[in-house]
Amino acid sequence: MGLQVSLEKKVNGFDLDIKWDIDNELAVLFGSSGMGKSMTLQLIAGLMKPDNGRVSLDDKVYYDSSMRTDIPPQDRPFGYVFQTLALFPHMTVIGNILYGAPLAPEHEKMERAMEMISAFKLAGLEGRYPDEISGGQKQRVAVARALIRWPSVLLLDEPFSSLDRPLRIEMRRFLIEVKKEFNIPVIMVTHDFDEASAIANKVIIYEHGRIAQTGTPDGIRKAPVNSYVEQLVREE
Amino acid sequence: MDNAVLFSIRLSLQVAVVSTALIVLTGLPVAYFLARRNFSGKELLDVLFTIPLVLPPTVTGYYLIIIFGRNGFLGKHLYLLTGWSIMFTWYAAVLASYVVALPLMIKTARAAIESVDTNLINASYTLGHSELGTALKVILPLAKRGIVAGTVLSFARAMGEFGATLMLAGNLPGKTNTMPIAIYSLAGSGDWSQAHLMVVLLTVMSGIFLYIANKYSKRII
Repeated sequence: MGLQVSLEKKVNGFDLDIKWDIDNELAVLFGSSGMGKSMTLQLIAGLMKPDNGRVSLDDKVYYDSSMRTDIPPQDRPFGYVFQTLALFPHMTVIGNILYGAPLAPEHEKMERAMEMISAFKLAGLEGRYPDEISGGQKQRVAVARALIRWPSVLLLDEPFSSLDRPLRIEMRRFLIEVKKEFNIPVIMVTHDFDEASAIANKVIIYEHGRIAQTGTPDGIRKAPVNSYVEQLVREE
Repeated sequence: MDNAVLFSIRLSLQVAVVSTALIVLTGLPVAYFLARRNFSGKELLDVLFTIPLVLPPTVTGYYLIIIFGRNGFLGKHLYLLTGWSIMFTWYAAVLASYVVALPLMIKTARAAIESVDTNLINASYTLGHSELGTALKVILPLAKRGIVAGTVLSFARAMGEFGATLMLAGNLPGKTNTMPIAIYSLAGSGDWSQAHLMVVLLTVMSGIFLYIANKYSKRII
């Protein structure tokens, strides 16, 4: 049960072949750049098509190459926060958040969006455009937009990489609160072990498209399986 | 201004408005598919649609006669069925302007659609929106400037269309003589004062359209 992922994908000479599962927890995909972490999120969300594999959440299958199941991304209940945040520049803060709930009835939509605005401390910014708000505010809009339709999983692709340190620490706290509040599996990609150990119950370490090690941050720090993992953990 | 001049101005505007409307309706979906889909023969299709941009308009007109003329492979059947041919009607002027100006829309709109950040498109999908919803609410609004520039350029090109129009619609005073064709006739018959008037008018109008198109296309980048 939980989110079960097994994926194979060859693209431009890069070869991804991974298998992992998580329960209702906050997991981190960790490793240097170019190891296949972001690609994994895109494959889970259906933005890329795997060559082989399976993506399922509890007993619902979203992708299965052997059964030729491939649910399009718009029908997968996975909230996605992009590294670039991907806020729509032509929509206001409230417009961006409302866009995340296309199927909700009109009257309920606005009510939910206003709840998001207050829960994510965005009051007063409703009518602003993305280029008129700060970096931290943009992060919160992106997360609110991904959560307004109550997804079953939240995927975050290095969402805090562009922030300075104090703001990153604030956003970590914020993410832990989100996890508590929404009570869904959260998977975050990062290449910062500090960040991974500050928030994650589970760390999945990527090495050239394979899983090098899986465990708790402490467990991995104490017993790295190879020199690559040891170096990653020690450097931080 | 005499009636013949007014007729030409009105006809040119009518031809340009109708052909531009058709260009927006058909060119935009074509530009979208060329920008967003990968299929074999895609670049060949692009060449097919946009080759009138570099062909002499008389050659484009020649092809159109082969296709839509009374003995053309489509025109023949239309004539047999209805007794009507598009040749030497103002519809022929619309057809000529449409084919010659369509590439400007396709090229400009395709580039604008391709320049929309893929992350924004993917974000729309992950937020539960279909491809059509994403096209209408994210891609087209963000490519708006390029689309407007393409529309204005197409309109200006349609207003100035001469070669293909002459071959297809002919030079029938009071029927198919658009401004460029009327100027050709007036200059040929030595009626310089009327020709001057239309030349100045067409130049000013084209200048204004180009200015508008530049203003929009500059802001794309």
